[in-house]
Amino acid sequence: MPTAEELKQRIEAALPGSDADVEDLTGGGDHFRAEIVSDRFAGLSRIEQHRLVYDVFGAEIGGPIHALSLRTSTREGAA
Amino acid sequence: MTNDEIRDFIQNAIDENRVMLFMKGTPEQPACGFSLRTSQALNTLGVQYAALDILPDPRIREELSGLSNWPTIPQLFVDGKLVGGCDIVTEMFESGELAELLGVAQPRHEAESAPTGDAPQPAPLGIENRLA
Repeated sequence: MPTAEELKQRIEAALPGSDADVEDLTGGGDHFRAEIVSDRFAGLSRIEQHRLVYDVFGAEIGGPIHALSLRTSTREGAA
Repeated sequence: MTNDEIRDFIQNAIDENRVMLFMKGTPEQPACGFSLRTSQALNTLGVQYAALDILPDPRIREELSGLSNWPTIPQLFVDGKLVGGCDIVTEMFESGELAELLGVAQPRHEAESAPTGDAPQPAPLGIENRLA
């Protein structure tokens, strides 16, 4: 069962320089919310930003990770 | 029904309905909180939209995600293009971008943010679920 910490590490590893704040919404290890700040998102549409994050987990989304709610921004946008 | 037929049906639904929502359950009886929030955003804006329940056959979701390259449900399409799921739709609702995209006025009291679904709701356009 994935943990919030594990998700955080995987996102930050996949998007170097990013900061991910991941919360396990139910404590059940299947509903998560992540707020991610990364300069990789610059110039991308929201769809593209979220796809970058979803791609980290592939088929796990909808499988073991039932829900991953995302809020993405660039460092500039978050300031 | 073959997978190809399901895919064609989904593509047709996207092509033929300017605002097309794929969700779990129906706008009247959403089967998931994310689908509920997304349909409520549309209800609050008072736009007419078509909705299709993906639950009756697991292949609907597989084919939809294959077509859209988007892993989760709900999925909102406007003018044939994927807008996003619950997070993006909610964010765009709150910022007024969704109203702009749909060509409607942002409801007043937008500062109260979260869609309540209390606004007058036009009946969602029925789309016959031939996949059920």
